[in-house]
Order: sequence, then structure tokens, then C-alpha cells
Amino acid sequence: MTRLLGWWRRMAPTLVALGVALVITALFILIIGENPLRALAALFDFGETSVAQANSIGVWINRAAPLFLAGLAVSIGFRMGLFNIGVEGQYRIATVVAAGVGAALVLPAPLHVLVIVVAAMAAGAVYAAIPAVLKVTRGVSEVISTIMLNSIAIALAAWMVRVPFVDPDLGPGENVATRRIAESGQFPGLNELFGVIGLEEPRRPVHGFVVVAIVVGIVMAIVLSRSRFGFELRATGLNPFAATANGISSKAMIIKAMLVSGALAGLVGLPDLLGSAHRFQADSFVSGYGFTGIAVALLGRNKPVGIALAALLFAFLDRAGPSLQSEGIPPAAVIIMQGIVVLSVLVVDEVARRGMLRREERRARAQDPATVTEEVAR
Amino acid sequence: MDNADQDVTVEDDEPAVVQLTGITKRFPGVVANRDVHLDARRGEVHAVVGENGAGKSTLMKILYGMYQPDEGTITVDGELVRFHTPKDAIDLGIGMVHQHFMLADNLTVLENIVLGAEPRRGIRLDYAAARRQIRELSDRYGLGLHPDRLVEELSVAARQRVEIAKVLFRGARVLILDEPTAVLVPQEVDALFSNLVQLRTAGLSVIFISHKLDEVLQVADRITVIRRGSTVATVEPGTTTSRQLAELMVGSELPTPQTAESTVTDHVELAVTDVTITSDDGPDLLRDISFDVRRGEIVGFAGVEGNGQSELVEAIMGLRSLDAGRVVLGADDVTQWSAHRRRVSGVGFIPEDRHRQALLLDAPLWENRLLGWHSQEPAGGRFWINPKSARAEAAQIMTDYDVRAPGPETLAAALSGGNQQKFVIGREMSTQLRVLVAAHPTRGIDVGAQAAVWDRLREARAAGLATVLISADLDELLGLSDTLYVLFGGRIVAKLDPADVTPEILGSYMTGATPAEAGPADDPGELA
Repeated sequence: MTRLLGWWRRMAPTLVALGVALVITALFILIIGENPLRALAALFDFGETSVAQANSIGVWINRAAPLFLAGLAVSIGFRMGLFNIGVEGQYRIATVVAAGVGAALVLPAPLHVLVIVVAAMAAGAVYAAIPAVLKVTRGVSEVISTIMLNSIAIALAAWMVRVPFVDPDLGPGENVATRRIAESGQFPGLNELFGVIGLEEPRRPVHGFVVVAIVVGIVMAIVLSRSRFGFELRATGLNPFAATANGISSKAMIIKAMLVSGALAGLVGLPDLLGSAHRFQADSFVSGYGFTGIAVALLGRNKPVGIALAALLFAFLDRAGPSLQSEGIPPAAVIIMQGIVVLSVLVVDEVARRGMLRREERRARAQDPATVTEEVAR
Repeated sequence: MDNADQDVTVEDDEPAVVQLTGITKRFPGVVANRDVHLDARRGEVHAVVGENGAGKSTLMKILYGMYQPDEGTITVDGELVRFHTPKDAIDLGIGMVHQHFMLADNLTVLENIVLGAEPRRGIRLDYAAARRQIRELSDRYGLGLHPDRLVEELSVAARQRVEIAKVLFRGARVLILDEPTAVLVPQEVDALFSNLVQLRTAGLSVIFISHKLDEVLQVADRITVIRRGSTVATVEPGTTTSRQLAELMVGSELPTPQTAESTVTDHVELAVTDVTITSDDGPDLLRDISFDVRRGEIVGFAGVEGNGQSELVEAIMGLRSLDAGRVVLGADDVTQWSAHRRRVSGVGFIPEDRHRQALLLDAPLWENRLLGWHSQEPAGGRFWINPKSARAEAAQIMTDYDVRAPGPETLAAALSGGNQQKFVIGREMSTQLRVLVAAHPTRGIDVGAQAAVWDRLREARAAGLATVLISADLDELLGLSDTLYVLFGGRIVAKLDPADVTPEILGSYMTGATPAEAGPADDPGELA
């Protein structure tokens, strides 16, 4: 019961924030002269036919999985006050390397996929190690270096597609791409699962890698709450001075956190690569997950379950873009709403945090009436 | 409150410059001031004394316009006023000298004083006029200011005089001094007091906040005592003893740190040899520091803050690399060991700033229990932590060390300073320790908690713990230490026997002067 109450207390601010975001977006839609109720209907419009509905759900899942992984990657840094803005570049590099390594090998199916996953994580971690080392040795702000490395990543990935990993059998006029990954290195889709639970099978592949993402989320949840690494990460984030004074080396934590963050970032491109693209091609590569992942991590309060819900919400809104457009509402409404959600969550969160502190103080005072905490004035 | 009546009787002949009546200030969940009465007359030094957390600072912030009272009134020269910002208070001649100075180091004394209230000629700062006014101020009140010196070159006491001048420059008639003596050594305190006397003679009012009773009795014309947010009495120093004041303040008996017979053994647990830490700019932070701490011994370090104490602590804890020297723990040379390895080898740490260095304020107590010991079984471990066992241990600490809080899930931020400190001490001491490094273990906590902390340190000493104690509280140092060193300018300038040293001798060493009569000390009994 108390657990449920505590859960409610943590959730309530988010729900309030969502409500606020909805109202503000509705105002925005009113201002541009459209009907907010029609927009709301379009948000929840999954399509007329059962195939269209299944397709919609497929799109939703395909969008949510990489957002979840990106949010997870960003949250590792956030937990200790480290701003890894470079998930974007890390997953781009990791996806190219994974595509190149995957195409160069032919192995038995599960092993082939495993090798690709490990290669992607390693590439992401190595690319994230650069800002970590710069910060630890030279004091370079990770915000600046990761942003810069995002730009470098685009050029570096383009070069890798063109030179070491290029597909030599490209026809004239075809866009440059890596070679196709063999069947053994592809991840089975979830389409048939739709049939099993009585839905139509979506036409487009539904990326099975979402299962891996869920497993990774569970593992991270346990690591963050139960492991020494998770504790050190949290302690450093809450109070870096106290952490250092109590034997947690901040330099070591920066390196570790960035490596884990980069390794998770390496997974972001894989649902698409292993599920439907099977090769890396600059034009069809979906970029932007790294940046949206920052918002997802914020919204999810850096907790795996929260990040999963936030990723589902963002993907749900993204998915509604086309149907909004058919109602005459610019798809930018979705981006505006996502932005407002994050902003209102941050504001409501701070209010809730103060409220919680006051409640705690009252409880502490009930035990010892002399309690006058030095924090009260805030 | 009876003192309110008392004020009325004298009001006819000596009107109060400032009068606070029935002030109540609530913060969410806390009443910081309740029905407070205070008045300051022309030409008096009015002391406000009370324990830490009694509400002195809140009251002064109300008088200075930083907070608005929920109830009660403020009058200035008999006129009812409301302050919305400190500017309102300044305009009516109320000025505050903060405990932590607010000066720009790289500006001159003159620039600091006029900052924000510059005399101008056209759009330019009129240096000549400013210099003249400051000289005048300095001469009139004996502040001894040199307008063109950089503040960074000044001693702590001189900076404080700059702060006072800053307030006077803005036309203050009522000066609030928030714990002005906390940062001064005894000789500087005397100098400050003679300044205060000059201010009083010139007809200004000084409100002097302190919890050091001897000082208050020495300098104040009247003393108002605050306990738990309320004014309990206003007394005259001539008719009151320090003990009576203390009883008004705490409402109970006074604790004294009094170490029983020596428990020092021959076994050296911590040996620090020739430790030197250089600085990129300026003199060495630590120079050739050598001392031993034996089992069952408390080694105290006295010194004005900023003379190497923090660096010494960091050197022992492994938080700062040494330029020379060694730190030996038992039989192991730990100079190259990481902070973490030293902790798990049995070095406990009570840092000087518990909010900054000892606690995760936004985390529950059980997580704070783990901090520093998170790799130790059973609550911590090499790879995994055990929240269940950490909760049990946190609950145990709360019982054993009288930490008053609802439970292990309470956020550390919700506890009072005293309870936080008891928890930190409990955390460190409930592990098998060999050495404890305690920096200012009773700073900012109330008298009751202070007594409890002293008891714990004494028990641990009797049980064979080697303790390094760094403190600014001379009573604490003299009462607890078996051996006392004085740090000045990063060097050990004296090794003293706490049994026969006086605050005056200590003060001389702490300011870098060798005491003229370094001979037999006076009766140490006068400390109380």
C-alpha cells in the first residue's frame, strides 16, 4: 500500500506535466486556426483497417526501441551529472562499424548477431572514450567535445562507408553503401508474433531487436540499483565532492560512465540495421535518436522504467505525425508537444522535489522537534 | 515575554533606534522565530546569543530585509516600517556584516567599499572623494584602512574591518555583525572589540550575534538570549555570569570536553613524515609536516583556518598527492594508495563540511550508510550492494547514535545538522577503524549533540582508536587532545601539552607570533 502510494507520488508530477503539455499544445493548434479535438483524435488514430492498425503498432515499436536505448545511454551520464550529447555520433559510428563487421563475416546465426552487437557496443564505447579521456586528462567539457565529435562522426562514417566497408558490387547510380549482411546476421522480426496474438501481420518488418532492448533495460535497472557501479554513479551524481572524499574516484567514474553510455549508444542503430536495413547507407540511416534520447532520458527521470515509458510516448507522438498532417495540422505540432512535455516535466519535478523535502522535514521534526534543517530557507 | 514590558519602561528616556516586536517567521514545516522581541538603542552594543539553529540568523535576515516576517512589526526611530529587500533596510541605516565576507579579492579596499554606492563625478568614479570619505571613516572609528591595498593581501581581521567600513560608508546607524569573532584569533578579537567600542561611543548601535558567552559578556551592554526561535530573556552583563547565560541558552547543564586519564599506548598507528605540498603560486601549502598518532591517542591540530588544515586532511585521506614525504598506516606505507584503499584499510573520515563532503543530501540514510564503505561486506561488496542490509545497518546507527529521524528511508537533507553529524560519526565508527580523521566534528551542531559527539570520540579513544582532530573550537581541542600541534602557514609551529596551555598562548602561535612569555602557562582553568 505504501509502495503504491510512493509510486503514485512519483508518477503524479509527470501526469500533471503531461496534462499541462496537452493544454499548451491545444492552445498552439487553436492559434494556427485548427481544431485541437480533431488533432487529439488524429493522435489516437491507428488507421481504418486491421492491417493499417497493425502497421501503426509496428511503426510505434520500431521507433520506441532505438529511443529507449538512446535514452538509456544518455541517462547513464546524466546520473552522475555528465552530459553525453554525443550519443548521436556514437551510434552512427557504431552502426557503420557493425554493418561493416557484420558484412565481412559469415557465422552461425546467433553467433553472427552476437558478434555484430559486440562490435557495435565496442565501437560506441571507443568513440565515447575520446571525450572521457579528454575530460579526465585535460579538463575538456564533455558537452563541447561530444557535440564536436558528432560532426566528426558524420564525416568519419561517410568515409568508412566509402572506403573500408564499401560494397564493391554497387551498380552505377546506386548510393554508396556497405555490403549487405548475410541472412545469419539478421534479426528475426516480430511480424509473426502479431499473428499469434490474433492481429493482422504488419506489411513492414517489426524489429525483433526490441526484445534485446527490453533485456538490456532490465539488466541496466538491476545494475543501477543493486551494483556497486550503480551506487558509485548515483553518489557521484548527487554529490561529487562527497563521493571523492569517500574514496570514489571521479576520474575513474567519468571513464566508466562514458564507456557504458557509449556501449549502450552503440545499440541504438541496431534494431534498424539488423531488422530491416541490413546495410549502412547514409541516406536511409535514421539520425536524430541521440538528440531525442536526451529528452527521453529527462522525461524518464534517468530510470529505466521511466525511460521506457517516455520512449513509448515519444514514439507514439512521432507515429501520429502523418495522420496529423492529413488533418491539416503541421507535423511540427508533435515536436512542439514533445518539447513542452519535457519542459513541463522539469518544472513540475522541481516543485515536487521541494514538496517532498518539506514532507520529509515534517516527518523528521515529528521525531525530534528541535529539527531545523539548514535547507528550510530554500 | 517579560522583556517586552521591560523595554516599555525605559522607552521614555532612551528610544530604540530599531525595535522588533512579536516577530514570527515560519518556513514550511518549521517555525524559525516565534514571538521574538528585540530592540537596539543609540550607542549600545546589543548581543544576541543562542545555540546554532536557535534562529539568530533568521532574525537578523528579517531585520536586514532578506526575509519578511509572517507576524510582528519592525519600527525604526519609532516609525513602523516594512522591508522588502535589504536595500530598504540599508536606506534606513541598517547594515549587515556577514559571517562570510563578500569582498572581491582582486579589487582594492576602496573599490570594495564603494562598490554599488560609488561617489561620482559625471559618469566617472570620484576616487578622490571616495578616498577622503574612507580615510575619515577609518580615522573616526580606528579601522586602520589603507584604501589602495588589494583585498587579497589583507588578513582576515582587516577584511572584516573593510566589511564594517562598507556598511558605514552606506550610512548605517545600526550594524549587524553575524558571528564576527568566529574567524578571528584572540588578539584580533580584542582589536575588533575596541573598534566596536568606538562605534558605540560615536552613537551607533551594534547588534552582535554570537554563541561565545565570554565575548558577549565582555563587550555587550545588553544581551538577548534566543532559544529555539524565541527570545527568552534580555539581561545586563554586569548582573549575569557566563554560566547563567549558558543555562538560559540551552535550558540545561553545560557539557565540557574533559578527557579522563590517558589511554595513549606506544603503538604508532599513523605516522606522517616530512609531508610537503607545494603550490603553483605562492608559499607551500604544507611544509615538512611530521607527527605520529598512537593507539588510544587524540592528536589535535589548532590553527586559523586556511593554514594547511584542509591540505593535511586531504594528504592523510589520499585525496591530494604529496610533493614529498610519506604517510604510514600501521606497518604499510600508504603514500601511493588510493583514497578508497585507505578507507577500507580502516581510516574513518569526518570531513569539515558535512554537506559537501560527507553526505548525499538527496539520498536516503541507508544510501548514506553505504557511502565510503560501499565495497565492504555485508552492506556493500566488490560488485554488488545489499540495500536490505544497508537499511538494517542504518537503523542500527540511528539507535546507537541517537539519530532522530523517522527511518532509514528518510532523506539526509531532512535531518537537522546535529542529527546529520551524529549519523556521519555513527557511520564511520560502526566500522572497525584503526585511524579516525575528524575535522571540526562539532561545528554547527547544538550543545546536546556536541556532548554526544565528544563522548563518542572519548569512548573510541579508550578503545584504542588513533584520532587526528582538527578543530577551530579551542575548548574542544584542549579538552579532547592528548597532544596538540599548531599549524601556521602550512608548518607545525608548536607542539603543546593541552594540560598547560592557555588560549592566549595558542592564539600567539596561531597568528605566527612566538609568545613572548612562552614559559609556564597560566591556569588553564580559566578556559571555561
